[in-house]
Amino acid sequence: MKVTIDADICQGQGRCFSIAPNIFDFDDLGNGVVIGDGVLNSETMESARLAQLNCPEHAIFIEE
Amino acid sequence: MTDKEPVVDFATDWDHTDPQWVSNPYPIWEDLRARCPVAHTERYGGGWFPTTHEVVSAIANDTEHFTSRQVVVSKNKFPENAPPAPMGAAPPITSDPPFHQVARRLLLPAFAPGPVHALEPQIRALCREHLDNLEGRELIDAGVEYAQFIPPGVISHMLGFPPEDGDRFRDFVHIVLDLIDLDPEVRGPMLLPMAEYFTEQIEDHIANPRDDLTSYLLNVDVNGQKLAPEHVRGSMVLILIAGIDTTWSAIGSSLWHLATHPDDLARLVNEPDLMALAVEEFLRFYAPVTMARLVKEDMDYAGCPMKKDDWILLGFPAANRDPAAFKDADKFIIDRAVNRHAAFGLGIHRCAGSNLARLELRVALEEFIKRYPTFEIDESNDVTWAQGQVRGPRRIPMRVC
Repeated sequence: MKVTIDADICQGQGRCFSIAPNIFDFDDLGNGVVIGDGVLNSETMESARLAQLNCPEHAIFIEE
Repeated sequence: MTDKEPVVDFATDWDHTDPQWVSNPYPIWEDLRARCPVAHTERYGGGWFPTTHEVVSAIANDTEHFTSRQVVVSKNKFPENAPPAPMGAAPPITSDPPFHQVARRLLLPAFAPGPVHALEPQIRALCREHLDNLEGRELIDAGVEYAQFIPPGVISHMLGFPPEDGDRFRDFVHIVLDLIDLDPEVRGPMLLPMAEYFTEQIEDHIANPRDDLTSYLLNVDVNGQKLAPEHVRGSMVLILIAGIDTTWSAIGSSLWHLATHPDDLARLVNEPDLMALAVEEFLRFYAPVTMARLVKEDMDYAGCPMKKDDWILLGFPAANRDPAAFKDADKFIIDRAVNRHAAFGLGIHRCAGSNLARLELRVALEEFIKRYPTFEIDESNDVTWAQGQVRGPRRIPMRVC
C-alpha cells in the first residue's frame, strides 16, 4: 500500500498534514507532500485513509 | 441603503441581502437545493446561485467558463478604474489563469504553515489582552469587544500597518463588502479614503523599508521586474479586506454556537483535544465566505441559460450543508471525523490565508473558553448578523461567568 498526492490537484487546503503529520508534510507554498516513499503499514494506513477522506480536493490516492 | 422589494421566491429572485437570508439563510438554501438546485435572480444585473456541493465545486474548478474578475456581487459590475483581466483589482483573488498562478505564488510562502504558526504566541497574547480588558464584567459583547479585534491585529502586523488603525480597517471592509446596494456614484467617493490610506502606507514603506508583506510586495522580483504598482496595491487590499471580517465572522459564529449549545461548550472545555475537529466543524457549519464569479460567454450550464457577465454567487456555505456531500449535513457534530468541507473554497482560488484563519480561530476559541468556561447569550440584547457575502454575528451580547 502506498499513498501519493497529485500535485496538480492539491491546492494546499492543509488537511492531510494536520490529520496525519507522520505521513504528510507541506512545502514552502503550503501544498501537501508525502514524507518519504509513502509506503503504508497497518499502523499508518488508517490515518492515511482519514486524511484522504478529508481532502476537499480529492488529491490523495492510495494504491492497493 | 436603497429600498428594495422583499424577496417572495428565492428560486427566481434571490437576494443575499434580503433580511430573511441575512437572519437565517439555511432553510432558504435547503428549499432551493430540493427544487432548483441553481436559483436565478434579475437583481444586480442578473445572476445564479448554485446550492449543491456538486455544482459549486464544478464551477469553482471551471476557469474556462467562469472568470474571477469580480468576486463581490454589487450594482457596479465593471468599475471604470478597476484594472482589467487577467489581474483584476485584487490579485490573485480577482485574477484568472495563467496570471493568477504568478500572483498567488508570491503570496503563498508568507501564509504557509511554517511562518503562520510562528505567529501563534503573538495571536495568543492579543487574545489575552482583549480578554484582560473585560476583566470583572458579567455582560460583554463577544463580537464587538473580542472577535472583531483579533484579525485586524494580526493582519496589520503582517502588512506593517499601525495596529491602532483597526477601526479604519473595519470601515474599509464595511464599504467594500457590505454596501453593495449603493449606486456607484455614491459608493465610489466612499472608497477614496481607503485608496489614500494605502498610498500613505506604500509611501511610508518606500521611505522606510522593513520586514513585512508591504515591503516584500514592493521589492519582490518577478522575472527581473518589480510588480506593477496596481498589483502591489491590489494584493495589499486583498490581504487586508479578505483577512479581517472573514475570520472575525468565523470566531463570532463559533462563540455564538457555543453560547447557544452548552453541551458542545462543556465538551470542548473538558476535552481540549477535540479542538482540531471542532474547528473544522465550525468552519463547515458556519462557513462565513461566499465568493462570486462572472459567466464568460452565453451558455447552458447545469440546465441554466446563462448569459455573458451574469453573476455566479458561489455558495460554499450552502455546499457545506448539502446532504449529498455530508452525512447529517444539517447537524453540528463537534467531533465529526470525516469533514471534506469547502469553507475555504475549492480549486485554484483556495483561500490563501486558510492556515492563518484556522490558527486565529483555534487560539481565539481556546483563550476565550479558558477565561470563560461557561457563557450564554444575554437575551435582553439582540444578536445581529452581517449581510452580504461574509456571514457572521456582529453583536454577540453574552453573560459570562
